[in-house]
Amino acid sequence: MAEQTTNSNWWIWKVFWILLAITALEVILGIYKPTFLIETILVGTKLINHIFIILTLVKAAYIVMVFMHLGKEKKSLRWAVIAPMLILIPYLLWLVLIEGAYSHLMM
Amino acid sequence: MEQNVENTNSWGGNAKPFNASYGKLMMWFFLMTDALTFSGFLASYGFSRFKYADIWPVAEDVFTHFPFMHGDHPLLFVALMTFTLILSSVTMVLAVNYGHQMERKKVILWLSLTIVGGILFLGSQAWEWSHFIHGLDGVPATLISNPYGHPLFADYFFFITGFHGFHVFSGVVILIIILINVIKGTYEERGHYEMVEKVGLYWHFVDLVWVFVFTFFYLV
Repeated sequence: MAEQTTNSNWWIWKVFWILLAITALEVILGIYKPTFLIETILVGTKLINHIFIILTLVKAAYIVMVFMHLGKEKKSLRWAVIAPMLILIPYLLWLVLIEGAYSHLMM
Repeated sequence: MEQNVENTNSWGGNAKPFNASYGKLMMWFFLMTDALTFSGFLASYGFSRFKYADIWPVAEDVFTHFPFMHGDHPLLFVALMTFTLILSSVTMVLAVNYGHQMERKKVILWLSLTIVGGILFLGSQAWEWSHFIHGLDGVPATLISNPYGHPLFADYFFFITGFHGFHVFSGVVILIIILINVIKGTYEERGHYEMVEKVGLYWHFVDLVWVFVFTFFYLV
């Protein structure tokens, strides 16, 4: 097995600090809610929500690619796992959220 | 008929086309289906929130308690829970890494700390649930009604965090079983610690789901 493990652990702690920093940033933004980020509306939702979603996806990428070692797996396995997610989840959200907004208008 | 082509074609059998063992591959595919289940939950939460946009409670006004502290502290406790889970993910990677190096004692140490992290998270969730159920001004939160806003809000809270919590609980149970095996020397005998790696995949997935629950239930 071509395991690319290192005998050092610094890369684990590096990712830990990145995840911690992103979470701290999210919490600080969530508590202080800068007016500019709350009042700017972009594609139907507040700018701050876009920031939260992007930061969440960054965290998810670090967990999946580094902690779950998907970045070190074969390219075919990487895509076999990621491609269905990239296709199905946005599709589901697209349909369901549009229906939700429509149901709101019909109430 | 295909027996003599199996070595030239990686998909012809007797090979590992993805260069990952059967067990690891199946864990990945299980996690994919589980990810879609959680996507379904969070998407339906989004549906209800969009539909009842005017009367949907703001999570920051609901979850404001922190142990041993008075007043309103929105997000702090859930941030602590997130921190607990991230930290237990780190101890899990360390356990997997020492497993690759066949360092049994260090695997035992970091696996035990991961279990402690999981139990801490479950305890925090029990605390969060009891505060939520306790309600406001003597009005408790149930599946039928709650003092915070639309009844569905409490239903989604119980269902999504409950389903995630059950994943954490199962994870702790599996981790304990694997830890017993590590202590018994099962994997030393087998020559590799791949089982630790597989339970590690599951454990990181539980952390991953929480990252999304944290964003879509508490932050957005």
